[in-house]
Amino acid sequence: MAVRGVNRTQVIFGATGALVLVGALVFRPSARADAPRVPTDDAEVLEHLPSSRDPAERQRIELRRTLAARPDDLRTALGLARLDIETSRKRADPRYLGQAQAALAPWWDRPSPPAQVLVLRATIRQSLHDFDGALADLDRVVSQAPDDPQAWLTRSVILSVQGRYAEAKASCQPLRALVPAVVFTLCDASIDALTGGAAGAYDRIEQSLATSTGASADVREWALSNLAEIAARLGRDDDAAHLFQQALALDGDDAYALAAYVDLLLDEGHDDQAARLVADRTDNDNLLLRLVLAENATGARGASAHVDLLAARYDASRLRGDTVHRREEARFVLGVKRDARRALELARGNWAVQREPWDLRVFLAAALAAKDPTAAAPGLAFLDESHLEDVRIRAIAQSLRALR
Amino acid sequence: MVLLFALPALAHKPSDSYLTLTVQGQRVEGRWDIALRDLDNAIGLDHDGNGAITWAELRDREADVTALAFGHLALAGDGAPCPLRPRGLRVTSHSDGAYAVLDFDAACPAEPHALAVEYTLFFDLDPQHRGIVRIDDGAGTRAAIFSPQDRRQIFERSSLHPLRQLGAAIRLGVEHIFAGIDHLCFLVALLLPSVLVRQPGGGWAPVPRLRPALADVLKIVTAFTLAHSITLTLSALQILRLPSRLVESGIAASVVVAAVNNVVPILADDRWAAAFALGLLHGFGFSATLMDLGLPRQNLALTLFGFNVGVEIGQMCVVAAFVPLAYLSRKTWFYRRVGLVGGSLVIAGVAGVWLVERAFAVKLF
Repeated sequence: MAVRGVNRTQVIFGATGALVLVGALVFRPSARADAPRVPTDDAEVLEHLPSSRDPAERQRIELRRTLAARPDDLRTALGLARLDIETSRKRADPRYLGQAQAALAPWWDRPSPPAQVLVLRATIRQSLHDFDGALADLDRVVSQAPDDPQAWLTRSVILSVQGRYAEAKASCQPLRALVPAVVFTLCDASIDALTGGAAGAYDRIEQSLATSTGASADVREWALSNLAEIAARLGRDDDAAHLFQQALALDGDDAYALAAYVDLLLDEGHDDQAARLVADRTDNDNLLLRLVLAENATGARGASAHVDLLAARYDASRLRGDTVHRREEARFVLGVKRDARRALELARGNWAVQREPWDLRVFLAAALAAKDPTAAAPGLAFLDESHLEDVRIRAIAQSLRALR
Repeated sequence: MVLLFALPALAHKPSDSYLTLTVQGQRVEGRWDIALRDLDNAIGLDHDGNGAITWAELRDREADVTALAFGHLALAGDGAPCPLRPRGLRVTSHSDGAYAVLDFDAACPAEPHALAVEYTLFFDLDPQHRGIVRIDDGAGTRAAIFSPQDRRQIFERSSLHPLRQLGAAIRLGVEHIFAGIDHLCFLVALLLPSVLVRQPGGGWAPVPRLRPALADVLKIVTAFTLAHSITLTLSALQILRLPSRLVESGIAASVVVAAVNNVVPILADDRWAAAFALGLLHGFGFSATLMDLGLPRQNLALTLFGFNVGVEIGQMCVVAAFVPLAYLSRKTWFYRRVGLVGGSLVIAGVAGVWLVERAFAVKLF
C-alpha cells in the first residue's frame, strides 16, 4: 500500500481541510455587541446629556417654556432659535439646528416670512448644504432690509464657501457702515486672504484687533483663529500654533478652532500631542476624525475601535441620505482606509458643492493618491484662478502636475 | 445685537430613529430604537437633573415613552388599522449614543398585501429628525426614510413575482446550510468515512476506486434529503409538530452519534439508513427556521420547494468541496488519524456541548 509514500500535496490538502473545519467550529458567530439588553442595575448610567447646569441650557429651558405658552410670539421664537443655532455651532451638534427650525415653524413655510426669520432659515439651510436656498433667503433680506448686518455677513460667508470670492467681498462692503470696524475688516480681509493677498490681510486683521480693545470675546476669538489659519496656510507654523492657543484660551470648547489647530499639529507630525487634545472629544465626528488620523499615524492601541466607530457614524449618516460629511469622509477613506479611488469619488462630489481650502486640499490629495491628475483638473484650475496661498496645497498641486 | 460669525458645521449625527418591521402572516413584529437624547428632549428623562440618564430614570417613564412613541406611529394592512401592542423596553447603543429599544407587535385583520406606515415621531420638535425604517416580509427587505415631507408610505407586498419568491426561498435554503453549522457537522461526520472501507478486524482501508466512494456519498445525501424534506413539509403544513427544545437537542445528539460512530462503530454499517433516520429530525429544525422568518401564506408549496432546493444546493457545495479532498488524501495516515478520528472527535465534542446547552437551556461557552 502507498500509505508510507505520503504525498506532500495530500498532506497540505488534508491539513487545510482540518484547519477550516476546526476554525469553523471554534469561531461560531458571536452575539453582536450592540444587542438590546435589559440592564440589571437601576443606577446604571445609560447616557450623558449636555449638562442642565450649563447657563445657556437654563436659558434655553426658560425660552422653550415661554414659547410653549405662546408659540406665535416672534420675539421669543427668534431668541430661542438664535440660542439654538449658537449652541449648535459651539457643540457642532445638528440636533439644535432642528430645534431652531421647530421654534420658527409658524413662519418657516410662509410665502414671505419676516426678515429675521429668513436670516436664521438661511443659516440652517446652509448647514444642511442647501447653499442656493440659503442665498435666495439672504438676497430677499438684503433687498427688504439692507441694514441687516447679519444677512450681509452670512451671505459673504456662504459665497466664500462656494468659492465666489468677488461676490463674497462685495457682500462685506455694506458692513462698513453697519458694524464695528474690526468686524468689517474680518469679513473683508478674510476674502483677500484666500485670493492672493494673505500677508496684507493678516496685517490688517492684526492691526484692527490691536486697536479695537473693546471687542467682545467672540470677535477676538474669531479674529485669532482667522489669523491662525492664514498663518498656517502661509507656512508660518509657529505663529499659527501660538494664535490657535490664544483663541482656544478664550473658548476651549470651540470645536472649529480646535479641529483647525489639530490639523496643524498633524501636518507638523506632532501626532501624540494632536491625539491628546481630542482624546476625550469622540462624541464630535470631526474631532474623532482627527483622533483617528493621529492614532493611525502613531499606531496607537485602541485605534481600531475608533476607526470602527467613525465608520459606523458615516454609515449612519448615509442611511439617512445625508451628504454633508463627504469632505471628512474622504479624508478618512484616504488616510485610514487607503482607498484612493473611493476618496477621490467623495472628494470630487464634495468639491462640486463647497470650495474652502480644505475641500481643495482633500480633492487634490485624493487625486494624487489615485495617480489621476486629470480628475484634479478643475481643482488645479481653481487654484490658479483664485491665487490661493497655501504652502501645503501648492506642494500637492506641484506633485500632481509632475505626474502629467 | 450679537452677530453669528462662523456658520455651524455639523459634526454629530442628527436625530434618527431606527424602526424594523417583520411581517409574518397577519402579524407584524416591531423593534424601534429611539435615542435617549431625543426622548429626554421630548418628555424629560433626567429626573434629578444631573445630566445623566440612569436605567431607573428611563424605566420609571416607560408608560410615557410608550405613549409618546406609539402615538406617532400607525400601521394599516390594506386600509384596515393594525393596532400596536407594546411588548417591553430594552436598551442598546448606536454609534452616537444610547437608545431605548421598544419591542412591539401589531395584529392586522388579515395578512396585508399593502402595508401602510405612518410615522410622525419628533417632527414637531425637530424637523430634521428622520425615521429610518426597514421592512422584512420573509421574501425581501426594503428600506425607507420618513421625514416631515414624507410621513406616510405604502409597501406593496403582492408585487413579488413567483419566480423572485422562489429565488428568495432557494437563497434562504443555501444560507441556512452555511449558517446552521450543526447540519454541516452532521453531514461531514457522515461523509468522512465515505472514501474508506471498514476492515473486518477493525480499522479502515482506503477505497480502491472513486466509483464506490461516490455511490456511498450519493446514497447518504439522498437519504438525508428525502428524510428532511418529508418532515419539513409535514411540519410547515402544521400537520406534525415537535417542541423546538426537543428537536434542537435531538439534532445535537444526532451529530454526536454520527461522529462517534466513525471512531467506535455503534450504528449499522448502512450509514444511509442512519442518515435517513436522523434526517427526519433535521427536517423539523429546517422548518423552525422557515417559520421564524415568517413564511408568506401564499405560494407555500413554492416556498417549501425552493427552500428544499436551496438546502440541496448548499449540501452539494459541501460535497463538491469535500469529496475530491477526501479522495485524494484517503491513503494518508493524516486523513485516517487527524481527518477521520480527530475531526470526528472534535465534531462530537462540540455537538456534545450543544446537546447540554440545548437540553438544559444553559450557556457553556
